Amino acid sequence: MARHSPMSSYWRGVRDGFPFLFVVGPFGMLFGVLATEAGLNLTETMAFSIVVIAGAAQFTALQLMNENAPTLVIIASALAVNMRMAMYSAAITPHLGALPLWKRGIVAYFLVDQTYALSILEYERDPDQSIGSKFAYFMGVMSPVCPMWYVVTLLGALLGSSIPPSLGLDFALPIAFIAMIGPMLRTPAHRVAALVSVILALACAWVPYNLGLIIAGLGGMMAGAQAEVRMGIKL
Amino acid sequence: MTGTPELWIIIIALGIGSFGLRFAFLGLVGDRDLPPWLLRHLRYTAVAILPALVAPLVVWPAATDGETDPTRLTAAIATLVVAYLTKNVFAAMGTGAAVLIGLSLLA
Repeated sequence: MARHSPMSSYWRGVRDGFPFLFVVGPFGMLFGVLATEAGLNLTETMAFSIVVIAGAAQFTALQLMNENAPTLVIIASALAVNMRMAMYSAAITPHLGALPLWKRGIVAYFLVDQTYALSILEYERDPDQSIGSKFAYFMGVMSPVCPMWYVVTLLGALLGSSIPPSLGLDFALPIAFIAMIGPMLRTPAHRVAALVSVILALACAWVPYNLGLIIAGLGGMMAGAQAEVRMGIKL
Repeated sequence: MTGTPELWIIIIALGIGSFGLRFAFLGLVGDRDLPPWLLRHLRYTAVAILPALVAPLVVWPAATDGETDPTRLTAAIATLVVAYLTKNVFAAMGTGAAVLIGLSLLA
């Protein structure tokens, strides 16, 4: 394969990342709306999207704040949802680990589901391209996706303040979560993890401080890992 | 909880934590291998936490004071079925919203 210049890699990344605009768009908007409904002001809502920049974790924190869960439980649960980012970081390190520290910092901040998925595909397709091209491709994918996350959050927050609070939005969050869970159930081990976590969550609903969530999460993880070993699943 | 220090503690802690998770290997560990048992557990964090978060909300919705609500339950099941079968998050959310609104209007 011909060597790509970093510039052409950047624009290829932009092109590949562009369709994801329509994925993050509605999600960011929904976050803006629901955060506003939950009583967060514009600064707080925007700070969430800019500082945390992780959809599912932001929704998790929002839901638990609505339930008045203890601060520590909110933080632990939202970070648990983001645990997969550590795996992305591990997977992308062989390709980008040689970058200067400040560039690795930039990559880390923008390492989200979409930038990870497209970049790792690209690097595995053509592992020998220069590290400059690899970095440029990552930044290309990031360009249409991440800044848009802030913009649509802002739109949602502005929209949210004009929606009357009692519009059945209480169930928008559960629906969004369930829609995200569906595609995750791709192996028997994932299905076992989800099932065990549901059973434990319902059985432990009485445990104070929302700790039932932590119990169910840990139980689900262990069940998934066990199922993987016993069923000899190859991922 | 808006305007409270707790909210800002949560935002900042999640920001530092999320960045930490993303930077952990790229910035600090390099490409050393992780123990397989740890990776095996990390694979299932999201698929374990999200259902645990959502299950009580579906079975005992706050909007009905914890009373199981056939409308919400049906909408949730429809969402899950579409999400699982099509792997299309937005088709699933649309289905869930349509079922929820449709059944609410019928009720």
